[in-house]
Amino acid sequence: MLDLVFTLTLTVLAVAAVLTFVRLVRGPTLPDRVIAIDLIGVLIVCLLVVVAESTAQQAFLDVAMVLALISFVGTVAYARYIEREQS
Amino acid sequence: MAGATLALLAAIGVLRMPDVFTRMQASTKASTLGLGCLLAAMVIRHPEMSFLVKAVSISGFMMLTAAVAAHVIARAAALSGSPLWKGTVIDERPRHPADHRPLSG
Repeated sequence: MLDLVFTLTLTVLAVAAVLTFVRLVRGPTLPDRVIAIDLIGVLIVCLLVVVAESTAQQAFLDVAMVLALISFVGTVAYARYIEREQS
Repeated sequence: MAGATLALLAAIGVLRMPDVFTRMQASTKASTLGLGCLLAAMVIRHPEMSFLVKAVSISGFMMLTAAVAAHVIARAAALSGSPLWKGTVIDERPRHPADHRPLSG
């Protein structure tokens, strides 16, 4: 039963990542693509949390935390780049 | 499961919304809540102190940075003049590039 829940959750997250990737490819403007990359980072953090839950390994949580940090820094850097490109 | 559904909702919102700003609303809020639900489920399943501390720190950090990141992207998109959805009611952005305040930092 619980295995089914984990499988379903991971599948749904994977579908979400695919949809976000479609937006990343199609995105008409650069900010759209930045948003898509940010959301993909959050989805990977979600995947890591689910894996940590199913395997009871705490190392995955550390990885999730570091990934969230780096994803945030990357998003801010992209936004800075967009702004500076305009001026 | 609710968390994954919310994350899927975020992705659908990002795919379907008409312009940058509405897309960002969908992505930020739904993904933050989805991650929160997943972390809550994990703490319920493994009621140990270390899991609790890590889950609280991840969710707190995510709530802080998602807001900041959304703001920064929205500012960049507005300054770079992204096209708005044609149903947008009010547009308070300055009309001339000279009206933009210079960036600090």
